[in-house]
Amino acid sequence: MTELRKKTSDSRQSFSGKNVKLKEISQLLEASIIVSPENIDDINIESACSADLMSDVLYYHSPNSLLITGLTQPHVIRTAEIAGIKAILFVLNKKPDSRTIELAQQQNIPLLSTQLCMYTAAGILYEAGVRSLRDY
Amino acid sequence: MPLNITDPIEGSFQLIGGNFAQAGEASTQLKIKLSALGVDELLIRRAAIATFEAEMNVIIYAAAGWLNYHITPNCITIRVEDMGPGIEDIEKAMQEGYSTAPEWVRELGWGAGMGLPNMKKNSDTFKIDSVVGEGTTVEMVINFP
Repeated sequence: MTELRKKTSDSRQSFSGKNVKLKEISQLLEASIIVSPENIDDINIESACSADLMSDVLYYHSPNSLLITGLTQPHVIRTAEIAGIKAILFVLNKKPDSRTIELAQQQNIPLLSTQLCMYTAAGILYEAGVRSLRDY
Repeated sequence: MPLNITDPIEGSFQLIGGNFAQAGEASTQLKIKLSALGVDELLIRRAAIATFEAEMNVIIYAAAGWLNYHITPNCITIRVEDMGPGIEDIEKAMQEGYSTAPEWVRELGWGAGMGLPNMKKNSDTFKIDSVVGEGTTVEMVINFP
């Protein structure tokens, strides 16, 4: 293992990530809020996952996490609800259709949208202390 | 919290191939039921994920199918039976990343070859049986410790 890999691996074990308020995340990413449940100010994000493959989201399931995705279909909400995802951030300024919005409202899942691409959005959140759902 | 289960509880859902709007309904219902019975949150999530992946497989590949569940104080058994094309090579289908899903399914974020592995990963016992041209049956058991 190289020095860098070892360092990364050590920091994974010793650092489980920071809780960040969803409101703070929306400010960091200059994201607009599309669905805003009443309790949005109290939502804390413990981890995040960026994926466009729904089974990958289900693989890394973890409660109180943020999903960063480019997919806006209603399945994303279903997947989120089943995987314990607390909020969803759409990248590249994508806006979900009315069925997705309706389902998110029913399930109380906040939806955010940022102009940033997935890589940059994830990078900014990583810098802010948000870590992956799970690192192996 | 002790489990609020005395007699076995059973239920079933009919699944229609191609009906994406319905996808996840069985898993959501099951999740609500398990939650009301006082089952641990992680176990509920495992059961819901395994059920959701099984539902998606029927909707993506089969003409129709049935999902049955059986809950006892010791475990939940989820059995999914479909009238679909069947799986030619089960060993291959169990490999992470192997998929025969068409392009339009992949565009929806599915068919990435993680469905069956996810079902197995979240089950304590996983059985699969398939006959090409007839259909596939999957049985998953999640134990309550």
